[in-house]
Amino acid sequence: MTAEAAQDDVLVSVEGVVKYFPIKQGIVFKKEVARVHAVDGVDLKVRRGETLGIVGESGCGKSTLARCVTGLYPVTAGRITYDGEDITGFSRSRMKAFRRDVQMIFQDPYGSLNPRRRVGSIIGDPFAIHNIADGADRKKRVQELMELVGLNPEHYNRFPAEFSGGQRQRIGVARALALKPKLIVCDEPVSALDVSIQAQVINLLKDLQDELGLTYVFIAHDLSVVRHVSDRIAVMYLGKVAELADAPALYEQPRHPYSAALLSAASIADPDEAERAERIILIGDVPSPIDPPSGCRFHPRCPKAQERCVAEEPALVVRDGDAADHLTACHFPVEPGDDLTRAHAGISQESTAPALPEATT
Amino acid sequence: MKLLEVRDLRVAFPTADGVVRAVRGVSFSVEAGRTLGIVGESGSGKSVSTQTLMGLTPGAQVSGEAWFDGQDLLAMPERQMRRVRGAQIGMIFQDPLSSLHPHYKVGWQIVEMIREHEPDTGKAAARKRAVEMLGLVGIPQPDRRVDDYPHQFSGGMRQRAMIAMALALHPKLIIADEPTTALDATVQMQILDLMRRLQREFDTALIMITHDLGVIADMADDVLVMYGGREAEVAGRRTLYYRPHHPYTVGLLESVPSAPGVGGRLKPIPGQPPSLINLPSGCVFHPRCEYVMERCRVDEPPLREVVATEPAPGEEPAGALPGGDLPRVDLRRDGTHRSACWLPHTAVGLDAGVAAARRAASEAADAGAGAAEDADGAEPEGGER
Repeated sequence: MTAEAAQDDVLVSVEGVVKYFPIKQGIVFKKEVARVHAVDGVDLKVRRGETLGIVGESGCGKSTLARCVTGLYPVTAGRITYDGEDITGFSRSRMKAFRRDVQMIFQDPYGSLNPRRRVGSIIGDPFAIHNIADGADRKKRVQELMELVGLNPEHYNRFPAEFSGGQRQRIGVARALALKPKLIVCDEPVSALDVSIQAQVINLLKDLQDELGLTYVFIAHDLSVVRHVSDRIAVMYLGKVAELADAPALYEQPRHPYSAALLSAASIADPDEAERAERIILIGDVPSPIDPPSGCRFHPRCPKAQERCVAEEPALVVRDGDAADHLTACHFPVEPGDDLTRAHAGISQESTAPALPEATT
Repeated sequence: MKLLEVRDLRVAFPTADGVVRAVRGVSFSVEAGRTLGIVGESGSGKSVSTQTLMGLTPGAQVSGEAWFDGQDLLAMPERQMRRVRGAQIGMIFQDPLSSLHPHYKVGWQIVEMIREHEPDTGKAAARKRAVEMLGLVGIPQPDRRVDDYPHQFSGGMRQRAMIAMALALHPKLIIADEPTTALDATVQMQILDLMRRLQREFDTALIMITHDLGVIADMADDVLVMYGGREAEVAGRRTLYYRPHHPYTVGLLESVPSAPGVGGRLKPIPGQPPSLINLPSGCVFHPRCEYVMERCRVDEPPLREVVATEPAPGEEPAGALPGGDLPRVDLRRDGTHRSACWLPHTAVGLDAGVAAARRAASEAADAGAGAAEDADGAEPEGGER
């Protein structure tokens, strides 16, 4: 079957990746006092030509993971292989070659472009770094790229400040495409843009994928955007993957209670649907990644949590009745017919938000 | 009785590059216990118009009236404004980190506000009220957290603290400017839920400014869509989502990725928002509008009433007629749905029939005016030339 063949065609494989950031204190001798467990044992595979969406709340480690995959952060432990080669042990020169294949698009179109440089030279930078094209040739290539992403090539000599947010994001896309990469990691590429412009950039990314056969890792916190662009989606919570599934399967039948809550919290631009929607309102905030909860990390906020969840960490495996590539890290996955909207966290927790008093005035 | 009634508000900022006409004649009103949603993209004037009401736009050229509880906010001297701001009109801003002072404890900031407006309140009593308010908005252990600094709070808790501060003096009106934009989806849900419950409890009027159509669908009773400093469309919530009239509203609704269009292409609005220094002639939306007519380029459409209410039983709903004919049914009107667009007032809705009707009407208007030239080269899909 072609589908199976495609499943085996893995471009990037993330195996047990751990990334800790030390918190240091002291004036002369910096001593490590604690660690932020940003990414704490993640296994993922990105298949050639697909879009893997990564969703999760701020602090869940999705951006850190992305930066590990692009080689911007060295990993604390684990392996990341790209096309069969382990990138974690790459030398500087090998890394430079690797970066021709893997590029990144950043969230903030204002912060990721140098305001003092002209657009032509920003987009031409990858050519300069890798000594690929010079002079007139470079200018020609840059102008081709600008045309490809829907910018006017005559604006070659303008400064970033002369462009709007959506156009700046197109500049970022053009720069990422310069070296004809195979994998592009998009870290919240549209969240700083207005709705009408956001749709333009999403369409552009999709067109480029069809045209150039790109593979995307697409990170966003906007669930409707991720659903729209992704083939498969990984839901992350506190440095771990909670659930990994095909996009339609995840949205129709989320198995992890956290995925269910996250999906139910997505805003719906339709008043009747919004009224009908059954919202699972989670209590409290995401715990600190410096000292994550024991067992299943979601247990203090989980409406289905039991004693086992506190003691034992659930593995990311296929649960009963799911497709072969639908993985869930939960001891008690959500069954069809479960109503979590009125359920409350089963295990007592530190940050319990008190109930609002009834109207008295 | 309207709590706040704004009439023909105009705000302009003189800058070195020219006069930025941020708001160009906006009128709206809110009643107690109701929520007005203001939607628009960056630069549509949505934030500037409410900040001007509060006297927070120094250096701006302002004209118009804003009647709040029998007083004109725009004509008020600063001393009097200080008594209204915070006490009678509360504000919640987008970024809770930059709107709390990082150097002072959260509780102190609430206490300061209470004592500023009610000098008779003692320190201990004000502190007790601050603790109560923090508890009310769902901050755990409020008696301890009241002595925390803003950086010790998470984003969601800071926004809760902002809400506590806005509510501390029981204002009659709360202006929330993108209150959940900086927050995660699950926290956004908590905050919106909280605001709804508190609004019901205190019967507060709420103005909710956002670019997120999902938040508006959830919260607002009435919606004002702004574009280029003016109203594009005003309608009740359901009317706006199901029977929009203005092509900009239609474009906004269609550019949201939603379940039915999974995997397909999104339908963005082409082009960029207008520069507020050199505004386009005629209708400000015309350079991006797919139904642009000759008239739109020269003549700015006023806000006119459109057919908005549900068709009576037995009547054909608007837009049911295919082939580009406008429905002729006489629909009821109640004056709540207004739109600033030259398209026929019956062309409301999102389905293909209405789109065809809009296109046919736009082409017929151009042909009738003797101006056959159509710069956009619209294809005559659903109607005859």
